[in-house]
Amino acid sequence: MPAGTVPLTTKESPVRSRARFTALSAAAACLALTMTGCGAGAASENAGVDGETGTEDVTLTVATFNEFGYEELFEQYESENPNVTIEHKKAATSNEARDNLTTRLAAGSGLSDIEAIEVDWLPELMEYPDQFADLTDPAVEGRWLDWKTEAATTTDGRLIGYGTDSGPEAVCYRADLFEEAGLPSDREEVAELLSGDWENYFSVGRDFVAQNDDVAWYDSAGATYQGMINQVQNAYETEDGTVVATENPEVKAIYEQVLAASTEDDLSAHLGQWSDDWAAGFQSDAFATMLCPGWMLGIIEGNAAGVEGWDIANVFPGGGGNWGGSYLTVPTQGEHQAEAKKLADWLTAPEQQVQAFTAKGNFPSQVEALESDELLSQTNPFFADAPSGEIFAERAQAVEVTPFKGPKYFPINDAMQQALTRVDVDRTDDAASSWEKFVAAVNAL
Amino acid sequence: MAVTDRVRPAPPVRQRRPERPPRAVRRLAFSQRLSRWDVKLSPYLYISPFFVLFALTGLFPLLYTAWVSLHDWDFIGGQGTFTGLENYQFVLAQPFFWNALGNTFSIFVLSSVPQVLLALTIAAALDANLRARTFWRMGVLVPFVVAPVAVGLIFNNLYADQFGLVNEVLRGVGLGPVRWHSDPLASHFAIATMVNFRWTGYNALIFLAAMQAIPRDLYEAATIDGAGRVRQFLSITVPMLRPTIIFVVITATIGGLQIFDEARVFDQYGLGGADRQWQTLTMYIWELGWGQRDFGRASAVAWLLFLLIVLISLANFLITRRIAHQGGRK
Repeated sequence: MPAGTVPLTTKESPVRSRARFTALSAAAACLALTMTGCGAGAASENAGVDGETGTEDVTLTVATFNEFGYEELFEQYESENPNVTIEHKKAATSNEARDNLTTRLAAGSGLSDIEAIEVDWLPELMEYPDQFADLTDPAVEGRWLDWKTEAATTTDGRLIGYGTDSGPEAVCYRADLFEEAGLPSDREEVAELLSGDWENYFSVGRDFVAQNDDVAWYDSAGATYQGMINQVQNAYETEDGTVVATENPEVKAIYEQVLAASTEDDLSAHLGQWSDDWAAGFQSDAFATMLCPGWMLGIIEGNAAGVEGWDIANVFPGGGGNWGGSYLTVPTQGEHQAEAKKLADWLTAPEQQVQAFTAKGNFPSQVEALESDELLSQTNPFFADAPSGEIFAERAQAVEVTPFKGPKYFPINDAMQQALTRVDVDRTDDAASSWEKFVAAVNAL
Repeated sequence: MAVTDRVRPAPPVRQRRPERPPRAVRRLAFSQRLSRWDVKLSPYLYISPFFVLFALTGLFPLLYTAWVSLHDWDFIGGQGTFTGLENYQFVLAQPFFWNALGNTFSIFVLSSVPQVLLALTIAAALDANLRARTFWRMGVLVPFVVAPVAVGLIFNNLYADQFGLVNEVLRGVGLGPVRWHSDPLASHFAIATMVNFRWTGYNALIFLAAMQAIPRDLYEAATIDGAGRVRQFLSITVPMLRPTIIFVVITATIGGLQIFDEARVFDQYGLGGADRQWQTLTMYIWELGWGQRDFGRASAVAWLLFLLIVLISLANFLITRRIAHQGGRK
């Protein structure tokens, strides 16, 4: 960070640089604190989370982001445990939460007693297991789907986070557009039509596009690639941390397959996911299908308000897939680790997760929760009353591969998404030249 | 010592109490010492708050960043091995660094030049005899109050490639859509408009303040001589504003080289585009530090940016001095 520029700007124009100055001083402070963090980090060994609970009055802080659906659960917990007061710190976005978490980890202080983390930034935290209490406990064994627990377990068997929700993927589609193109539109028929490998998904897409010129088959190459790469065990890194992304034939094959489908067959709507164009594309019938993890339903409903015809097919090409989901961790910085662990345990128990699902639609990752009637009977009125609870429960069970995500997973995947965007959205490169830039970017890590 | 010697001959205390020599000598010595301290230390104490603050918030981070840049340094893990100038070598060998440097300058030129010209014009308009003068003058500051992120959201919507308002309008008048997020120059232009939106009014107010200080008789004389408003603006206002213009240009340069907010919010990912079309130097620092968590390399870029700003400020200073001299000779 350009801490060096602070004196110059403040001297020249205090008002103008105020916003930057604040940001810079914050960063400068965190730089300074890195030293202390370093010392503390080296000294702190995980003391485990033994200790009695319920003996003294404690205030537990819980940091979450977006919507975890915990508001009512907190009240319930407080009334059941009179010695506990819960303070909820809610960040608006997961990025904000991540910046906050990493900065305070580096500083060595300031974290909440329970910190929610997203599976996306779990790998980079798995490098510092000493910073998180070991949550292994016979009482919670077998509570989660295997792949959910595995992702948060270190090689020597320490569990750093309790799984909350998960992101099993299905295919969301526009029944009305399917009908126009002469394809079956009933959700069971569509599931059958799309079952099989990715080539089949693209091939149905080619039929669709041939019948319906103005509408693309899917929203973006990047989003589709994400679904495909999440089915590869060691896409970018081997378990010992060697980066293989640029040599892995599987990665290159998926890259070429999805780009050929997107540009040569023109199946993509050429929209960068999350861009304003992408959001607007829902209203202008830009595409007919998209891969949807459970949490995507709310986003589709928001962007496509007023559009009729969305439905969910109980299928995912190439086997099951998971995209996203979160964990609750107990940082070793905290003073009340035992109480915090107890609360995290309670919050991620199946009954509570079903309640969170009812409140905000976060799909549980607990085996028992997946069998609960309350969950299985859930339907979604926006998606033509599709039995969303049942569909995603089945999708969760279809997940076979837990992709290994090493510490460099994020920068590499970012570089890959940019490579796809260059060809699919920006069209500044063809597949070959964009791949070369991807290789250069990975080599620069 | 020379200073205290000069002070010694005439301390007022000494003349008031000549009748009690032994005690007076001691007192004299003490008051002498006091006044010596006073002369020596007070000026430094008076200016020290700034320097203490500067050392804490400016100098320390500056030096610490230099220290970090000479190491392998992980964001969370902290200090690693000493690597000397390796980080600098690595960064300078990256095409991404030079790309970011080019983008930074491009956005800077596209924003500063129109900004200063526009601010001058607006200030001239506000300087005229308007009804509800304060209202208009405060009005130009409104964009400055809007948070940069909010500005980003609004302009993002305007500049969306397929369904954005600007492209809709362009299509409406029969022009092709501009690819705001893939063509580098177009993206720089779009970001520059965000910068201009925020800063033009602010600069206009500075110009306005300077304009108010121009003696009105100059304009009266010019009017009598038959000069029109444009002529008056070019021949009186602009030359009289020269020092202010230089000030604004320098602050705009420094701000422009550090541009971050507007470019970062230009798309959802904040990485400067799929082909790094609008990645600026500060965004590159962000990517290295927070994205790749390599604080060593990030600090190296930060220091390079610092050196760059020092260089450009020096150049600015030299040019300023020359212009000032020329102004004096006239």
